[in-house]
Amino acid sequence: MSLATESGRDRARARNGWLLSLPALVLLIVGASGPLLIVVTYSFLKPGEYSGVIWEFSGQAWFQVLFQRDIFDGTLGWADAHLTIFWRSVRLSLLTTAITFAAGLPTAWFIAMQPPDRRAMWLFLITIPFWTNLLIRTFAIMEVIRNEGILNSALMGLGLIDRPVQILYTDTAILIGMAYVYLPLMVLPLYAAIDRFDLRLMEAGYDLYASRMRVLRRIILPIIRPGIVAGSILVFVPSLGAYVTPRLLGGGKNMMIGNFIELQFGQGRNWPLGSALSMVLLAVVMIALLVYVRVAARGDVVR
Amino acid sequence: MGQRSDGERNVSEPAAVEARDTVKTFGAGEQAVRALDRVSLTIRRGEFFTLLGPSGCGKTTLLRLIAGFESPTAGAILIGGRDVTAEPPNRRPVNTVFQSYALFPHLTVAQNVGFGLEMLGRPMAEVRATVERMLALVKLEAMAGRRPQQLSGGQQQRVALARALAPAPQVLLLDEPLSALDLKLRKEMQGELKRLQHETGITFVFVTHDQEEALTMSDRIGVMSAGRLLQVGPPREIYNRPVNRFVADFIGESNFLPGRVERGAVRLGSGDLVSVPGLPPEGTAVTIAVRPEQVRIGAAGEPGTIAATLTDAVYFGTDTHCHLALADGAEVVARLQSPPSGEIGLAPGARVGLRFAEGAVQVLGD
Repeated sequence: MSLATESGRDRARARNGWLLSLPALVLLIVGASGPLLIVVTYSFLKPGEYSGVIWEFSGQAWFQVLFQRDIFDGTLGWADAHLTIFWRSVRLSLLTTAITFAAGLPTAWFIAMQPPDRRAMWLFLITIPFWTNLLIRTFAIMEVIRNEGILNSALMGLGLIDRPVQILYTDTAILIGMAYVYLPLMVLPLYAAIDRFDLRLMEAGYDLYASRMRVLRRIILPIIRPGIVAGSILVFVPSLGAYVTPRLLGGGKNMMIGNFIELQFGQGRNWPLGSALSMVLLAVVMIALLVYVRVAARGDVVR
Repeated sequence: MGQRSDGERNVSEPAAVEARDTVKTFGAGEQAVRALDRVSLTIRRGEFFTLLGPSGCGKTTLLRLIAGFESPTAGAILIGGRDVTAEPPNRRPVNTVFQSYALFPHLTVAQNVGFGLEMLGRPMAEVRATVERMLALVKLEAMAGRRPQQLSGGQQQRVALARALAPAPQVLLLDEPLSALDLKLRKEMQGELKRLQHETGITFVFVTHDQEEALTMSDRIGVMSAGRLLQVGPPREIYNRPVNRFVADFIGESNFLPGRVERGAVRLGSGDLVSVPGLPPEGTAVTIAVRPEQVRIGAAGEPGTIAATLTDAVYFGTDTHCHLALADGAEVVARLQSPPSGEIGLAPGARVGLRFAEGAVQVLGD
């Protein structure tokens, strides 16, 4: 009898668990799957004349992602503008990842080597910019790199240049902005990996005739790889979809894919193309995440 | 001619390791800790040398100075006659077996063992052949493809040994390599280490706080305490002729009895006279040390014996430890081999006469 009541209680507990998680489930289903379905649907419709969509099936938007027909003779060609934007997005995101890694590794190493009671302070300092509004931070970067800004004034004051260097509204400006914004996302997982790294392995490396460079390449980097992969994904994925930073620092011309998607829903008046582009972006991100999961799983075997 | 030229060659042949007036201070100012205090030491080529001492005595610091992980505050380190004081660890012809093993978790056993040779730029074929030979030497051929964390503690230990031996260093440094193993495995590895040292002929510098390990394995032992090297010598000499009370106390057990030099003998607190050769001048206060196994128990009142009372007899199986009190209450422990019956035939309170075995009494400074 006690067994029956016990299993009854278990069932009640399970039911309660379901009930309690229901709000979250509803939110997830409605909030994530709903919009996604709308986007997928829109990408297979025809664009409305001024905005919105016409409810008629069409593969036109997906076609437009990569190809275009010449206005005059109707011949088929690559959509060069789109490809340029894709390429710029991927290139700038990869460069951002590389820059944050190059700057983040020594930073994370430095923090991990601090006495334990001081590490929290350093990590807090690293994350401070995170608590500041992205727009404000981006405007701050603009103030630094614009032609009459701090950097150019300082360089001219020092007599190193006699004319302001045009940085703002270039790819370089986007790169500086994104590297600044996403640096903490690289530092934190790197720190976590280095914190777990057994420093005695470095001594073992030196003892076995490895130079400093070789200890770094053959011992440290392979062992902290899970942190490197996690940091790279955390930087690469949002970089690829970055909107505010390229919009403000890149001006109107140097668009990244995020800005281009926005354009389709605004002035471009091509919601289906915007939807298709969004799906492409999502697909790239998913591929990046899959790569991460696989590499991280391999890392687990090593550990 | 042979004899003489041999002698000459030994003199001219450089020592495997030499430390000259090495000082190592950690920290600065008020908090400065002197981990090594003017330590000079010569380790001969091909010997099994043990640095023995309690934790914090500086033995590991000295090992790290030889390996190059620390640089001395003053003094010099020579390896094979070459001054390496300023050289980084990767340029020194020594390899280390770490206390924690420090095996590379991302490499296989074979890759771990081959790491040093690979860094030295040896051809792949040679690396592979040496790795095979080393794994055979430590009997781990079957584990070549495993990762270190898939091995037991004892197997990891042997991988660490193979890895350090593979580049055929002039000197192998071992930092308490057996301390993480259980007793049975430790005994096994002690034999294994001795065997490897014989087979390779490499100079071993072994750090331990375990006196038994030091006594059974070493050709020579250096006893350290508080950053100083107190005594260097073969195990028998260290055990039987300790230079001071610390060495006598740290290695094995000893009875210490204070006294004063009187008429060419030592007058103990109990009033008994103990004759010892080579005493300091009359009236000097000294301490004599006698190992428990060198104390003989005879009948009370026997001539030449010291009167004592048995206070307790503790049975240890092969031995029985007899705690005895002298006339002034000073305690002496005698270790007797247990008789077949297990009973020594004396009850607490029994009056006996003590004798110290010939040549067993040591006169100690401080």
